[in-house]
Amino acid sequence: MTGRIIAGLAALAALAALVAVPWWVPGDYYISIASQILIYAVFALGVDVLIGYAGLVSLGHAGLFGLASYAVAVALAGGSAQFGAILLALAVTLAGTAIFAALSLRATGIGFIMITLAMGQIMWGLAYRWFDLTNGDNGVNVAARPMPFGFDLEVASNFYFATLVVFLLALLIAWVFVHSPFGASLKGTRDQPRRMTALGYHVWMIRFCACLFSGLLTAIAGILFVYYTKFISPQSLALTSSAEVVLMVISGGSGTLLGPVVGAALVVIVKNVASAYIERWNMLLGAIFVAIVLFMPEGLVPGSARLGRFILRQLRGAPAKAAKP
Amino acid sequence: MTALTISGLEKSFGGLRVTRGVDLAVEPGERRLIIGPNGAGKTTLFNLIAGELRADGGSVALFGQELTRLPSRRRAHLGLSRTYQIITLFPRDTLLRNVMLSLLGLSRMRWNPLRRLEGQRHLMAAAEQALGRVGLAHLALRPLSETSYGERRRVEIAMALAQNPKVLLLDEPFAGLSVDERRDVRKLLAGIPRDVTIVMIEHDMDVALDFAERITVMHFGEIVVEGTRAEIVADPRIKEIYFGE
Repeated sequence: MTGRIIAGLAALAALAALVAVPWWVPGDYYISIASQILIYAVFALGVDVLIGYAGLVSLGHAGLFGLASYAVAVALAGGSAQFGAILLALAVTLAGTAIFAALSLRATGIGFIMITLAMGQIMWGLAYRWFDLTNGDNGVNVAARPMPFGFDLEVASNFYFATLVVFLLALLIAWVFVHSPFGASLKGTRDQPRRMTALGYHVWMIRFCACLFSGLLTAIAGILFVYYTKFISPQSLALTSSAEVVLMVISGGSGTLLGPVVGAALVVIVKNVASAYIERWNMLLGAIFVAIVLFMPEGLVPGSARLGRFILRQLRGAPAKAAKP
Repeated sequence: MTALTISGLEKSFGGLRVTRGVDLAVEPGERRLIIGPNGAGKTTLFNLIAGELRADGGSVALFGQELTRLPSRRRAHLGLSRTYQIITLFPRDTLLRNVMLSLLGLSRMRWNPLRRLEGQRHLMAAAEQALGRVGLAHLALRPLSETSYGERRRVEIAMALAQNPKVLLLDEPFAGLSVDERRDVRKLLAGIPRDVTIVMIEHDMDVALDFAERITVMHFGEIVVEGTRAEIVADPRIKEIYFGE
């Protein structure tokens, strides 16, 4: 019971800290970094649905992320309204995810990884080569962010609040999803696909639906991202982007909802903040990943929880042991 | 009408014919034992009945309904449940969750992404009841990874029974159990009502022989002999298969 109260208080404190970011963070630049963390957190949540809950590692999700970004940018460049561009991006990305899933779910394990990698590379190639649509290497600019209810998103703190609302909604639907009967079905297909089939589950369809949900979260992140940078280029679809988000999930802790958020924060902070002080920030990130794999192979969030329980037990256990003669 | 009808079932792995024209008819409520030396094709036969393997030829029918072309998951919905020789459970979950997954498999609720699983009281109550049937109700909230091998064997049976199957396939339910555990599982199986037809593979003759009414002996993918216990024990071919006279 006390565990629940502590968890509830911690969640409230975290929420308060998140809402207060524009006041305690020095300057617009760092507020933007906070927005970036939340955007990647949504992306990582989407990838975690597959890695952590379906047991399927995708190395092509940057292709879907980029698809959503390009859909918004191209639609806006073609004169679409903001709301229409967002809806179009969601629809296009979900359709793209359906094709992506139908092809890659022919395999699991390494086979799934390789097919998703290939699909991601195809998306990157299309962005790079389909010049008429994507402007190739030059990318596509987005002229302006939307103004929902007259709320000016060009202001860094306003954009942050909008991102925070979307992030909290994404976290909520992910929470509902993993605790639902469907979430239990999905975890079952991760652990014992053969048994699940014998129990009457349609394993392929369950995985397909999980891919669609993952694609939805990825699309939301991609849409936020293109409004954040107001620019999209093939670089965002590259294999390194796909690998980066997989690393976020694994370093934070796959199969948890908090893990991807922590992993996103870690990567974005090292990339943007530490890189101001250390030229070889990539090496720093690499060293951090190695340390995580060595000391907390299950990821930062489950690893810290384990460490916390251990310390608590030591604190409680120590006096009892000392009392014994 | 027979509960389970198999005719002319064929399966080959490459050049190896593991199931050779197997015919089998099990009456409703019957307890049927399938025995045979290692490699006789018993588990392959179960995999063909349950649909985890596709037959090369022949047919399988459940209460007159043709199953041969149906995928494994559809067969579960028609009332066919099985247990595994090699325990196939969900080690990260509690016993209760394991059995709930079994119940959820036959419920439309399994597609629902919006409700909370923990809030499904009727599922939970039914899972607790199924655990009670195998004498594990007191361990319902224990993670599977913290249970003994014998307890897991019983969870296997609880998961199959929870689905209220018409035909239950038990693949070596006594494998690896101690003498005491065997006695418990035997009592448990004897308590299954007669509206469940049971087909069991088992090596332990002592336990198995007094459970079954009819016995089918397989060898090299074929049914060698089928009959009552007395007939089987008296049959000279059995000695030959098992002792190689």
